[in-house]
Amino acid sequence: MFSRVAASVVLIAAVSAAPLYADARSDAKAQVAFGIDVAQKGLWREAIYRWEKAAELDPTYAAAYNDLAIGYEHEGQLDKARQAYEKALEIDPNNAQIRQNFELFKEINDRTASAKERP
Amino acid sequence: MTGLLPPKNVRRLLLAGVASVCAAATLACGPSYFEIPIETPIQPKLDVSAFQRVLIAGFVAGGSEDVDANQETVRLLRSQLRSKSSLRVIDADVMQLQEIAQEQSKGAPETGEEPPASKESSGATPTQVSSVTPSPEHATQPLPAKIKEEKDLEPYERLFANTSYWKRIGEEYQNPLIVTGTVLFMPNSRSGFVSRDVEQIDGYGRRRVVPVRQYLERKGFILRPKFVFIDGRSGATIYSESYREEVLYNSQTNTPALSSYFELMDRLVPNFLSALSSQKIRGTRVLLK
Repeated sequence: MFSRVAASVVLIAAVSAAPLYADARSDAKAQVAFGIDVAQKGLWREAIYRWEKAAELDPTYAAAYNDLAIGYEHEGQLDKARQAYEKALEIDPNNAQIRQNFELFKEINDRTASAKERP
Repeated sequence: MTGLLPPKNVRRLLLAGVASVCAAATLACGPSYFEIPIETPIQPKLDVSAFQRVLIAGFVAGGSEDVDANQETVRLLRSQLRSKSSLRVIDADVMQLQEIAQEQSKGAPETGEEPPASKESSGATPTQVSSVTPSPEHATQPLPAKIKEEKDLEPYERLFANTSYWKRIGEEYQNPLIVTGTVLFMPNSRSGFVSRDVEQIDGYGRRRVVPVRQYLERKGFILRPKFVFIDGRSGATIYSESYREEVLYNSQTNTPALSSYFELMDRLVPNFLSALSSQKIRGTRVLLK
């Protein structure tokens, strides 16, 4: 009897969590898409705000961290960019596009190792 | 008159349906990545906010006699700073530092008064730098009248450590940031095997590119500048960085020394400028959905 109840609780929890996860991902996707839109118009600060929000909504969404890293890079916040790239690669280590972005970033960052972080 | 479609037509209809659903889905979702151009701002290596003016004083120069490396370096850096820096460039006669160092060593030596707190560059491009503070042996070494190689420049290091001299220069020009250093521009030749791609046409008239190893005698130049940044208020060195660039041409090519000098300086100037002013590095990244 107990095992049946336990199984039902687990099942209900799993079924109800799935839409929650799906919601978080779709909300994060909407924020990422909006961020891309505004970044293409040159509104990088707004884009960063959206991508930060996306990463907050779904901390397992590698694209949000990748885009955030690019935004930080564009703003000269190189330490933050590195952290975001590393997080993106931690989530999706085989993503060739994130890896390529990170390599290009490192090239600049290594070249200017002594440059100070922009506040 | 309606009837059942033959099974072949049903399959075709199904396939067409699936294809149109896929096409619609692709159109609705759009691409999943976007290339975007970015400009990464890089902060200057030096905080020059305390200075409004910069004096490119002069350089201890040597090597090839075909190029006056002191004169040319001063001229080039002044013109670059005029257009790419917010600092006002002081127009002054180019200092003949080699002669000044000779005179200083003849008279009462002022070397090693206050060892300057120099901050050395650790960038990827700069080569390993030696300290601006002269070693005891360099402080007493005679200054060679002709500078032909790197070791001839070493005794001149004591000129940059002479804080009272640079402080006096600073006072004369109302405490600017002073840029000085050494420049060695010397001929270089090297021979050996070089691999290069050669286009060949085979028996069927097809073109193909084949790597070919060839023994070549090449000649060119090496440029080794060291930029020393001095605080005109105190005469102390605040930063220094050294670079090394070389170019080699086919021995039959007759390239004038001056054009090689500019070719090599062209590679270094962005690094020099990045010490004083912020730079923007252009690139492309991929945004993901």
